[in-house]
Amino acid sequence: MKHLTEEQIILYYYRDLAGKATVEAHLALCGECRRQLEDVRATLDTVGSSTVPDRAENYGAEVWTRLRPRLERPPRMDWMALIQPRRLAALATVAALLVVAFLTGRYWPRPEVSPPLAISAQAQDRIFLLAVGEHLDRSQSVLLELLNTPSGGPVDISSEQQRAEDLVAANRIYRQTATRAGEPGIANVLDDLERVLLEVARGPSELSAADLEEVRQRIENQGILFKVRVTDSTVHEREREGVPGSVTGKI
Amino acid sequence: MAIDSSLMNRMEGNDAAAVAQVLAGDEDAYRILVERHSRSIFRLAYRMTANEQDAEDVVQETFLRAYRQLKRFESRSNFGTWLYRIAVNCSLDLIRKRRRHDEPPTEPSSEEETMYQLRDERPTPDRMVLGAEIQKKVDTVLSTLGPKERAAFSLRHYDGMSIEEIGVVLGVRPSAIKNSIFRAVQKLRRELQPVVHLTP
Repeated sequence: MKHLTEEQIILYYYRDLAGKATVEAHLALCGECRRQLEDVRATLDTVGSSTVPDRAENYGAEVWTRLRPRLERPPRMDWMALIQPRRLAALATVAALLVVAFLTGRYWPRPEVSPPLAISAQAQDRIFLLAVGEHLDRSQSVLLELLNTPSGGPVDISSEQQRAEDLVAANRIYRQTATRAGEPGIANVLDDLERVLLEVARGPSELSAADLEEVRQRIENQGILFKVRVTDSTVHEREREGVPGSVTGKI
Repeated sequence: MAIDSSLMNRMEGNDAAAVAQVLAGDEDAYRILVERHSRSIFRLAYRMTANEQDAEDVVQETFLRAYRQLKRFESRSNFGTWLYRIAVNCSLDLIRKRRRHDEPPTEPSSEEETMYQLRDERPTPDRMVLGAEIQKKVDTVLSTLGPKERAAFSLRHYDGMSIEEIGVVLGVRPSAIKNSIFRAVQKLRRELQPVVHLTP
């Protein structure tokens, strides 16, 4: 006689097992499975009721008292709000100022200053590749979580959003460094990645199934995950090989 | 814990009415939702974070986040389930943040203390005061589970939620929920073996 599995016995205890009659017929005949069931029952009866610290009857009112002043803050920005003309103009102004600041810093004549610490070019390249590799690993994990989130109903992506937000700032620095280091391959991938991360970070944290599908389509259509994977693998490989020469090899 | 279905339906109806009031501009109607769901959200948060202060923070963050996202709540869904889902995400965010920054919990967790005290010990009847001590051991075992595993087990065992409902709350397929519950019970059986038969 084939015994019930431990999983079947546990599911039977919780009444989550289909084919209850078959299981009961087996239990009536099999002493070993009855013993197993009794053991599971004894364990779960011991687990008994939860020991969550008790909260008073008026706990809800206490929570409300603490929460009420915080509800005055304005709600988060919508995706649609981002494309309002006034906001677009403000974003364009900020972007233009950033570009001017960058170019000023780049071309303004500066007195020659000897570096405080001499690090070989090869070591700098390795540090850069190591940092970019880790950044791409983290970005991949956010993209994969978005692609694999089940979409039965509304989905809260606030944790992925928070991580995307953190990654955007780092991504910008790595992209600029890659451009300066003559790494257009890495810079282009980071540029594409930044757009996707920004879309996730600035979008709503609760998505309907259709919204989530739209985000996934954008990720898939741009092939960003594939590009990130390939770049990540190449970067890790070069970093392991000790970056022969300078970082001029193109990805 | 079986919940009367007509009571559940009435609560859902009341929730929907309160949500509509808030969306119509009556911020104070949110108080009804906060007062109704605070205790259950605290229980869930405590089971996931295993820390009282963290659970309090999760309760606040959950209601704040839900308020900001309320216009995206679809009235055909169950407000309680939607709120649970937000609470799970808030708890996971907090746990991840702690891991990333290697922060200790804001106050020593009694479960963790017990875990170190009881690990690898074989309790004997003379050492063990039945009841409270056994419950401590149970808490210790539960605190060794992963947050989602612990949440899945707690929602099934203590709250009597169905596998499908838990799947919606945790955003995981029912088969994965079954696996989580199975792993949790296996671990409990293994760890509680020495004390199970000492219970009255």
